Amino acid sequence: MAIVSRGFQGRRRPSDHRLPPGQYEVHDFPVLSAGPTPRVGRDIWEFTIVTEAGVRHSWSWPQLMALPAEDAVVDLHCVTKWSKFETRWRGVSLDTLLADVETEADYALVHSYGGYTTNLPLADLMDGQAWVAFHYDGEDLDPEHGGPARLLVPHLYLWKSAKWVRGIQLLLQDEPGFWESAGYHDYGDPWREQRYQGD
Amino acid sequence: MSQVTQTTQLFPHELDVPYVEGDHEDGNALAGPLSEIFTVDVTSAEGRCVGCGVTGPVARLHVYGPGPGLVARCPDCGEVVLRLVRGGGAAWLDLRGVVSLRIGLGE
Ligand SMILES: [Zn+2]
Repeated sequence: MAIVSRGFQGRRRPSDHRLPPGQYEVHDFPVLSAGPTPRVGRDIWEFTIVTEAGVRHSWSWPQLMALPAEDAVVDLHCVTKWSKFETRWRGVSLDTLLADVETEADYALVHSYGGYTTNLPLADLMDGQAWVAFHYDGEDLDPEHGGPARLLVPHLYLWKSAKWVRGIQLLLQDEPGFWESAGYHDYGDPWREQRYQGD
Repeated sequence: MSQVTQTTQLFPHELDVPYVEGDHEDGNALAGPLSEIFTVDVTSAEGRCVGCGVTGPVARLHVYGPGPGLVARCPDCGEVVLRLVRGGGAAWLDLRGVVSLRIGLGE
C-alpha cells in the first residue's frame, strides 16, 4: 500500500490543516463534465504508453487486472475549490506500468476516451504518486467518475487525474492539454494555488 | 447518445466509443458569460462547425460546465466548438471549432 491513511482509527480529526489555500471541504463527490460520458466496454478497453520514439506499450483490461494492484487513500483537490478527504481507491501504480518503458522524456500528455487531454511532468507520475485506478470506495469505478479506469494523481488539482484514461504520450517538450490550453496552469499544485496561467 | 467520429492514429478508439449525454444546457447559457466580452448577443450568431460543417446558431450548442470552464459542443458531431474559462482576472476564449461566426448587426 502506497499511502496509508491515519483516518480509519476513529473520529475525523480537525481537517483545516489538510485544506490547501482557497479550498473548502465537501462530503459528496461532485461530477464535473466537459462533454458526454464515454461508456467504454472492458472488452475494448486498452491503455497505451507511447514513448517519444514511437514505441508502444499496451495493456488490455485482463492484462491490467493481472498486474499487482495497490490501495490508496488520498485527499482530492478540485480547481473549482472543493476538496474531499480520505477517498479510497484501488489501481495499478504508474511505476508498475512504466517499469519496462525506455524513455528520455520529461513530460507526459495523458489522453482519455472522449478526447480529453492533460499534461504533467513525467516525474509526477512516478515514485508512488500516480495510479490507473479502477475501484473507488471498494466498487467498480462509475463512468461518471471516469470508469472503467481513470488516472489518479492526487497531489495535483483533480483535472490532472484524467477520467476514462486511454493512454499516455511521453514527450521531450511540454504540450498543453485540454484545460491547460485554455488558461489553466501547466502544473497545478493545489498547495501553491496554481489554478491559472501565471499563478 | 452521441458519436464523435474523428479518429486519431496515436490512440485507436480514443473517440469512437459509445457516449451517454451528461448534464448540459443549450447555448443560451453562454449569453451571460459572453456578455462580459462582447457587446452584442453572440448566442444568435450563426457558426459553421469545423468538425462536421453544419451551420447553426450558437444557442443550439450543447454547453457543459460551468467548472473548470464552459465547453460548448456541436449538437450534431460532439466536437468542441467554443470554450470559455473565467478566472484569475482574465477570460480565455477558444473558438477552435467554429469556421466563422456570422453576427447580425443590422443596417
Ligand atoms: Zn459538428
